Amino acid sequence: MSLINPGFGLVIWMTIAFLVVLFVLKKYAWKPIMNALKEREDSIEEALRAADRTKEEMKDMKLDNEKLLREAKDERDAILREARKVKDKIIEEAKAQAGIEASNIVESAKERIENEKKAALTEIKNTIAVYSIEISEKILREELKDKKKQESYIQKLLKETSLN
Amino acid sequence: MSDKSAVIKRLLFLGLLLLFVFFIPSSFFGQHEEEVHLMTGKEHQEVEEEEFKAGEMIIEHITDAYEWHLITVGDHHYSIYLPVILYDEGEWHVFMSSKFHHGHDTYMGYFISKNDMNSGKIVKLDGNGNEIRPTLDISFTKNVLAILMVMILMIVVFISIAKSYEKRKDHAPKGLQSFMEPLILFIRDDVAKASIGEKRYERYVPFLLTIFFFILFNNLLGIVPFFPGGANITGNIGVTGVLAVFVFIITTVSGNKNYWTHIINAPGVPWWLKLPIPLMPIVEIMGLFTKPFVLMVRLFANISAGHIIILGFISLIFIFGKMSLGLGYGVSVVSVGFSIFMNFLELLVAFIQAYVFTLLSALYFGMATEEAHH
Repeated sequence: MSLINPGFGLVIWMTIAFLVVLFVLKKYAWKPIMNALKEREDSIEEALRAADRTKEEMKDMKLDNEKLLREAKDERDAILREARKVKDKIIEEAKAQAGIEASNIVESAKERIENEKKAALTEIKNTIAVYSIEISEKILREELKDKKKQESYIQKLLKETSLN
Repeated sequence: MSDKSAVIKRLLFLGLLLLFVFFIPSSFFGQHEEEVHLMTGKEHQEVEEEEFKAGEMIIEHITDAYEWHLITVGDHHYSIYLPVILYDEGEWHVFMSSKFHHGHDTYMGYFISKNDMNSGKIVKLDGNGNEIRPTLDISFTKNVLAILMVMILMIVVFISIAKSYEKRKDHAPKGLQSFMEPLILFIRDDVAKASIGEKRYERYVPFLLTIFFFILFNNLLGIVPFFPGGANITGNIGVTGVLAVFVFIITTVSGNKNYWTHIINAPGVPWWLKLPIPLMPIVEIMGLFTKPFVLMVRLFANISAGHIIILGFISLIFIFGKMSLGLGYGVSVVSVGFSIFMNFLELLVAFIQAYVFTLLSALYFGMATEEAHH
């Protein structure tokens, strides 16, 4: 059958045509297409890798930020704690100081009051003594106005004295 | 998973196709012997010869020709006449195929045979009245013209794509480029890289891409029934043979030590299969040749079968039209319906066969370059 009887001329033409197509396309089509595809794939891959890297960096940065924040918080807490301690200490000291001061003041006040009291008592004693002397003088003067009475009193005194 | 389903689908369609090839056309082949006469003389120029032979018509349509018949209007055939180039008895004869007047005339003793084996080819009569072929017939035939057109089409298409790749570097593909890119990537990644291996596939990519698109373009143009298409190139055993020979040459040339060792002295095979009768080597060496042979026959048979079926359906219209005009119109509805279905199937087959040929070539290259891994 002619269907399975290849024409020799066609085989030759086909061989030539196919070789021409193969070499022309290989040089002017497949090579640039393959290169372009490869280049594009490489650039896409590069971009993806870069994105991954950036993501990783972002993650690191976020971690760093969190760490910083935590540190800052800790530091703030420490400072606050310290401050509170200092405040308490100051208040404590102030209280103690105030107590001492107060007791000092009370002490000195007591001393002064004592002194004043003593001074007042002394004065009162002196005044009382002065008044007593004056009163005794007046009483003696009244008693010893007449000579007879004076004599009798002296006699009495002498009598008492001579007994000793 | 998806590989497996693709293989199953392919097998399914091949099976379906085989079914058509073996069962349906047999009824058409039978008919041309009965010399069915057609009532209307539209198909033939001669008034006295009003017959329609479906088998002859089909063979005429799917084989090569010395002229490209475009259309017949009334009694007049419009054809592109192509140059006939013969070398016979030490002499070159170059003339236009119009000299044969559509195969009715004899020119310088040469005429177009109607004999079975050489039918459609230029022959002459020897002393005993037998038809013999000229020594060399390198005529620029219909298929050669079609190959030339596909060749130009491919060069134009792919060089323009290459240009747009250079122009739009690192950008998304556009237009024709984005239509072809998936196919190119498919051949590169799923055919070449998968079958040959990451390290060596690059050498074979240009060849694989060229045969894939060559077969695909020809298959698709073969489905188109009028001028730029219509030539049955990939359904011509000479053309598929040349492609298969290229595959064979590349496989043989790139075969490494491991490949030849497996053929001559396959490791892991019992010695008595090699000595004293070298059974295994003989089988392996036969395998070297059967592989490209199968490539040749598969493509040729698939494409030709599709064309034969469609032409068969169309022939049915004229066969029944001869019996009764009404029957002819009635059958035409069914025939056209089936032809449309077949055309869709052929569209699918066009892709599948281009893919299968390329994939198997890639597998053979892969086998030839595989490194030993024992």
